[in-house]
Amino acid sequence: MAAHRRAFIAGVFEHPTRKAVNKSLGQLHREVAAGALADAGLTRADVDGYFVAGDNTNLYPLSFIDYLGLRPKVIGATDTGGSAYVTHVGQAIEAIEAGKCEVALITLAGKPRTGGAAADPVPDWPLPDVPFEQPFGRAVINTYAMCAARHAYEYGTTSEQLAWVKVAFSHHAQHNPNAMLRNVVTVDEVLESPMIADPLHRLDCCVVSDGGGAIVVVSEAVAKALARPLVAVRGYGDAVKHQAGGKVDLTYTATRWSAAVAYEEAGVTAADIRYASVYDSFTITVLEQIEDLGFAEKGKGGAFVADGGLISGVGRLAVNTDGGGLCNNHPANRGGMTKIIEAVRQLRGEAHPAVQVPGLELALVNATGGWLGTRHAAATMILETK
Amino acid sequence: MSDYLSHPAVNPETLEFWKAIGQGKLLIKGCRACNEAHFYPRAHCPHCDADETHWVEASGRGSIYSFTVMRRENPQRVVAYVALEEGPTIFTNIVGADPADVRIGAPVHLQVSQSQEGLPVPTFAM
Ligand SMILES: [Zn+2]
Repeated sequence: MAAHRRAFIAGVFEHPTRKAVNKSLGQLHREVAAGALADAGLTRADVDGYFVAGDNTNLYPLSFIDYLGLRPKVIGATDTGGSAYVTHVGQAIEAIEAGKCEVALITLAGKPRTGGAAADPVPDWPLPDVPFEQPFGRAVINTYAMCAARHAYEYGTTSEQLAWVKVAFSHHAQHNPNAMLRNVVTVDEVLESPMIADPLHRLDCCVVSDGGGAIVVVSEAVAKALARPLVAVRGYGDAVKHQAGGKVDLTYTATRWSAAVAYEEAGVTAADIRYASVYDSFTITVLEQIEDLGFAEKGKGGAFVADGGLISGVGRLAVNTDGGGLCNNHPANRGGMTKIIEAVRQLRGEAHPAVQVPGLELALVNATGGWLGTRHAAATMILETK
Repeated sequence: MSDYLSHPAVNPETLEFWKAIGQGKLLIKGCRACNEAHFYPRAHCPHCDADETHWVEASGRGSIYSFTVMRRENPQRVVAYVALEEGPTIFTNIVGADPADVRIGAPVHLQVSQSQEGLPVPTFAM
């Protein structure tokens, strides 16, 4: 298969910590940057592009360019929440193809577990939507819960089916020594965990963890000189879905549109994909994305994920073999970074042997960011081994 | 009584909405170019991008499109989307109901509440 893109993922690193009591936010960014550069066989001096998301009102990118001591010619700070890192890879590739930089570094770090930072930002009243949502107690979880409730109402999706998403990822997490939750759980255990926002139970929600990750994207010329196995981006797409002035439909996501772009650019379909990293902020997020990615017909996602449908070696599609955000890691309350990293591990054959998909050449990464039920972004990426 | 109008939630584009809801009336926006209503209210039409829109008093009647119960809040808050009779589906709360009785599809009517911020806001009762 020929890559459509002339830039490659050469280095990835997931911070092993899940609780960074004795480290600063800056140190976490530094450690993941160093880890990904070492993985690629590069150093800080090679970096001429830098991407980071975060609180842009505090000029977050400038702070970390300063802290890390970088001199980038290309900077990116698109912030769409958890999907931002997939978007950053796409933007890094475009900058490299345009000849603007050769080695782009993307970092993510955060300490929501020890820092007590809420997933929901402080109300920013001048934003046009905030006055019409904040007074009603908008929170991350209730926007996802209402998607789950409507999906159940229209398609008969059950809490048992949602629970299978968590069960599948717990089967994977038992093999990941760094995973925050390594115990295999049952459907009953998910259903017996406390209800947080109907129909989502505590175990339908991803973990809150400290840590981070980083990715290095390089030009073809740089890639050729490196010893690491290269992963090419064959296609990617971005999309945003919102309330459309009141035409609300909670049964599908922007992934429907971002995936169409990515599949077309890559020249593949869902039928070609055997491994997918899918951001699992909540179990419903995965279920709707499985449908919107074309793995199941709309409304049939419940049946697809049930009975181990997402377990590597068991189901038709292996998903989140690191344990995902539901069991492994959810640094800074943002899941896109770790999704890319596990897909790269799978394509390099470096996933845990118990969950490695044999002979894998293609992998899909999908992440949503923001609030699924009010406004969110989706980014889809098709990766291949080169 | 109208002190809340100085809250940062209120801006020139939405001042009329906030004044009206303080008097128990729910205003949404209409568009003469495409004849579609929208919410939250904007000076332009998000459907057809027309520059001008006008205020329309909604009937206050609608039905529950989706909802959830925030189990860790006390009292437990029912967060919902209500589909208004006029078309737009809006982010709101269901008030005065036992959360166990709330159902998707249930008819609801406007009942203005005061939010934590001291704002009068359009909530709905069954
Ligand atoms: Zn219009």
